[in-house]
Amino acid sequence: MNALYLAFAYLRYHWARSLVLTLVAALILLVPIATQILLSTSERALVARGDATPLLLGSRGSQLDLTMSALYFSDERPEPVAMREVEAIWDSGLAVPIPLHSAFSTAGHRIVGTTLDYFDFRDLTVSDGRGLSILGDAVIGAEVAQTLGKGVGDTLVSSPENLFDLDGVYPLEMPIVGVLAPTNSPDDGAVFVDIKTAWVIQGIGHGHEDVVTAAEVAAGSASVSNAAVVQYQRITDDNIDSFHFHGSQDDFPTTAVVVVPNDARASTILKGRYLDGENPSQLIAPAGVIQGLVDRIFRIKSLLDVVTTIIAVAALAAIGLAVFLSYRLRAREIATAVKLGARRGMVLRLLSAETITLLSLSAAIAAIGAAIVSQNAESWVGWLLALGA
Amino acid sequence: MISVENLSFRYSATSFRLHVPAFTLGDHERVAIVGPSGSGKTTLLNLIAGILTPEAGRIDVAGTDVASLSDVQRRRFRASTIGFVFQDFALLDYLSARQNILYPYRITPALTLNAEARDRAEALAAACGIGDKLDRHPTALSQGEQQRVAICRALVTQPKLILSDEATGNLDPESKARILDLLFEQASEAGAAVLAVTHDHELLPRFERVLDFAQFRQGADA
Repeated sequence: MNALYLAFAYLRYHWARSLVLTLVAALILLVPIATQILLSTSERALVARGDATPLLLGSRGSQLDLTMSALYFSDERPEPVAMREVEAIWDSGLAVPIPLHSAFSTAGHRIVGTTLDYFDFRDLTVSDGRGLSILGDAVIGAEVAQTLGKGVGDTLVSSPENLFDLDGVYPLEMPIVGVLAPTNSPDDGAVFVDIKTAWVIQGIGHGHEDVVTAAEVAAGSASVSNAAVVQYQRITDDNIDSFHFHGSQDDFPTTAVVVVPNDARASTILKGRYLDGENPSQLIAPAGVIQGLVDRIFRIKSLLDVVTTIIAVAALAAIGLAVFLSYRLRAREIATAVKLGARRGMVLRLLSAETITLLSLSAAIAAIGAAIVSQNAESWVGWLLALGA
Repeated sequence: MISVENLSFRYSATSFRLHVPAFTLGDHERVAIVGPSGSGKTTLLNLIAGILTPEAGRIDVAGTDVASLSDVQRRRFRASTIGFVFQDFALLDYLSARQNILYPYRITPALTLNAEARDRAEALAAACGIGDKLDRHPTALSQGEQQRVAICRALVTQPKLILSDEATGNLDPESKARILDLLFEQASEAGAAVLAVTHDHELLPRFERVLDFAQFRQGADA
């Protein structure tokens, strides 16, 4: 107890040095643990999203781009696939196709045009307001609501895709009619609209006398949330009937199609239909693509582990040197203790007590840090995955 | 209190040799050791305290043949029988004055830290004029106050012998006499003998006897 008392008194008196050593040691312990927790949670989250999406239909090309775009609403822009592919799946009676149109964004969040089947498929529930029902309605993810500080009754304006868009396609103002409950998935960071609303944003569908002009904004009879936008479309009760689409819906684009087969047999039959390399569309199993990505991440992680180990060894050597120099500085104290009759091993006991106290504090801090990381891993990973989208 | 006979010692790495044919220190006696630097004064204190072991001869302290004790026994003997006062005070900066005084109790099982020891530490501090500064760390004390703390530390274990190695060497002339008087006064009250190495000849009249150490030196290096 006396050794502990003296050790604690020494550490308390030299609190700045003790604090630095404790924090450095705690970091050395925490970083690999936290990395492992976050990576494991990432792997689970990634694989879970992939596993929960049986099949994905899209244009032939990069499977990873298609998967990232459809599952994580990332910035990848795979070639669109025509809606006739969706109808073909419906007609086959083998699966339920859910189109996803994710070419546009608003305030940094992806606008996902889809059908109501998507909400049932992902088990998304509305925590405030209602679901999509009218052209132009938007239902936002929990993170979008939190980040933008918007809720039911507010509006969002789609971002202009091209500043020099001379076709005269204006951004669309969308009333927020619902906010989704958080799911710690990319859905939290998305703005959901009906796929027809996405086509309106794309300029495929439009109404008449629906453009809010700069003069109206200046006169105060209209407002915008994006200062860069001076003209945009607005769908109102008065003009909604005038909205119409030109051409055949079969030709309308969608980014990808989530395909939910009725059973394993249906899945196999469908996969077989898209094996032909000449077919401009492909049907993939996202779980396999995600697993490939995870395997790649973990190969990188093993490299990261080596780097972490080297840094940890270097940091431990630095701590060891600091402790050794500290002991050297205390040679006079040790000599005094010996002269006063200190028991054999007292010095070793004293220095051990100090080292053990420091390491115990570091371990406690690292344990608390690991517990915090573990507790928040899912939401942090969700945020990190959304960040990369 | 101390009886030394035919004591021989040498440091293995040097040509220094110390030979003390005979030396005694009576109970409650106050003796000063003087001599040139390197003559072995501090070495004699370390031999008496059992920190060093002689090549030959006998060192009897308070009825115990120190040289015949094992290392563990010498440590226990030193902790319980001898009080040390050093020139550089040897206080620990991370402990308060109170805990510095009680430090010997923290480093050896030969002493038990109890309420009696704590009361004795407070009484000694009050007697030395630092009763109101017990919670200060050494850096917040003057040199004279630091040496008073060191004297309290040497006496708190109620030793029979005080070994003082240049205890006043770092003090200003006014403080020297005051601190030495304080050491004698407290040692006298505790019934302890004092053997003090000093270079300060002005202080010698305060001792009962002076031992010139030049006669014992048998080498050039020390």
